[in-house]
Amino acid sequence: MRPSARITLISTVILLGCLVTSGFVLHHLDKLRSQATLEEVLYISSPKLLKRLSLGYDGLLADVYWTRAVQYFGTKHHLGSREYNLLAPLLEITTALDPHLTVAYEFGANFLAPPPPYGAAMAQRAIELVEYGIRNNPDDWKLYYNLGFIYYTELKDYGKAAQAFGRGSKVPNAHPFLSVMAAQMAQHAGELQMAQMMWTTAYQSTQDPDVRANAITHLRALQVDQDVTILEQLIAIYRQKTGRWPSSFSDLQAAGMLRALPLDPLGQTYKLVPGGRVEVREPDEFPFITKGTPPGYVAPPLKFRPSDRGPS
Amino acid sequence: MSVRIFHIAANTFREAVRDRVLYNLIAFALLMSAAGVLVGQISIGIERLVVVNLGLTAISLFGVIIAIFIGISLVSKEIEKRTLYTVLSRPVHRWEFIVGKFFGLAGTLLVNTFFMAIGVFAALLYVGHGFQTGDGWIGVALYFIILQFLVMTALALLFSSFSSPLLSAVFAFALFVIGSFAEDLRGFAGMAQGLSRWLATAAAYLVPNLSSLNVISSVAHQQPMTRQLIASNSLYALAYTGMALCGAVLIFERRNLK
Repeated sequence: MRPSARITLISTVILLGCLVTSGFVLHHLDKLRSQATLEEVLYISSPKLLKRLSLGYDGLLADVYWTRAVQYFGTKHHLGSREYNLLAPLLEITTALDPHLTVAYEFGANFLAPPPPYGAAMAQRAIELVEYGIRNNPDDWKLYYNLGFIYYTELKDYGKAAQAFGRGSKVPNAHPFLSVMAAQMAQHAGELQMAQMMWTTAYQSTQDPDVRANAITHLRALQVDQDVTILEQLIAIYRQKTGRWPSSFSDLQAAGMLRALPLDPLGQTYKLVPGGRVEVREPDEFPFITKGTPPGYVAPPLKFRPSDRGPS
Repeated sequence: MSVRIFHIAANTFREAVRDRVLYNLIAFALLMSAAGVLVGQISIGIERLVVVNLGLTAISLFGVIIAIFIGISLVSKEIEKRTLYTVLSRPVHRWEFIVGKFFGLAGTLLVNTFFMAIGVFAALLYVGHGFQTGDGWIGVALYFIILQFLVMTALALLFSSFSSPLLSAVFAFALFVIGSFAEDLRGFAGMAQGLSRWLATAAAYLVPNLSSLNVISSVAHQQPMTRQLIASNSLYALAYTGMALCGAVLIFERRNLK
């Protein structure tokens, strides 16, 4: 072997050896420092300073911060965390860097407002974020929709929700449902119908597969809540009439109170539990349901059904 | 005259290609491919925005770095290799040498930007499965980026006509940073009083206003550019480039090359 060929061979072997070693050591270090989570650090918290430091390339920096916010929320949510201390600052930095990044207001508010584990329970910060978005993008009807959504779902403030939907309905090309929602809010319409309308609008107004899956999952949960409420009412009526709990749904059918066996939105039969309660057979398949779960049931981390995300 | 400038420009372009300047296109292609594929998976709703923001920012920064680091060595390298004396011993004026060098580097940056722009539009096509009407404004942003390169190339040449490559790089980069804050600088000048107001205003007008040439964020949101802005930016960039180039010629004409 020529000396130059030998040097090439030895150098290549050492290079690859060092590469593999550094990889292994880094993996080991990550395990050692698993508590020192990098995402908990916000080195520069001033949006104005960051905007200056971006040298005019603030659009790209806003994209980076928005991705960081999504990753921060997603990772913590996946780990079942109930605290999202950096979420609001990350979203505020993102929108200060690019006030026209409407996606950050729309979905950011949906991360901020709901109570844990589905959000950071910061409804007021979410409202401030969306109001800032509306000031910078007054012609985007989805922002008014989001604002009304937060007032309605998180604060139960029907007056403010009606105002937000009303403002949005005046925006050019606004979704026609906005004026309907404004009217229904003003009349304090039935919550279930309103919620169904809102999630249907959410589904129709986006192409994002995760947001659509989220809307479908919510619609399914609303359906379960409605079914369980009706079935338990029927069971109570049956007991009043006969003086005993029904042993199965067939008893209700035989009494002429049900035409067929009730099925949940995924096609499985509901479970009749002694004591007149109704449960779904697979509660993990129905995140967000408030009824139909076994006593003491703790929902696992949120996971959408792949089929709900649509074709990728 | 124009033939001599053309030959110097062509030679500068060839030299830049031989120096593997265009290799940055490979890095750019990798960047755009990674952005196109990855961003959709790790973020929400900004696939198209990232392609435009990342693509145009990379074009701008890669180009400015090339303009500065090639521009500062355009004169000094010729002196170091003693090829300048061969050129100037022929019937070539010093100003023709400077202008030729400027057009050579500007041409290199133009070719570089052209290929990168193809990359941006290809990534946009991949991510968005087609173009939208507002995507045409990306062309205006690219035009402004080219104007920015002309300004930076002229400034790098100006500094290299009297200073060492290291100092020229420092000066040019400092002006790039200050130029990015130009609008803030004018704001500060407006708040000052008396003599400091005049000095600050003079400084604000002397540094290149690169912030008005940066419309990346606006075109990413498909916001239209007015004809007035396009015309004003064109005129400003050409005037500033002409000013810096004339400064370079004036200094180089008087420079003792012995």
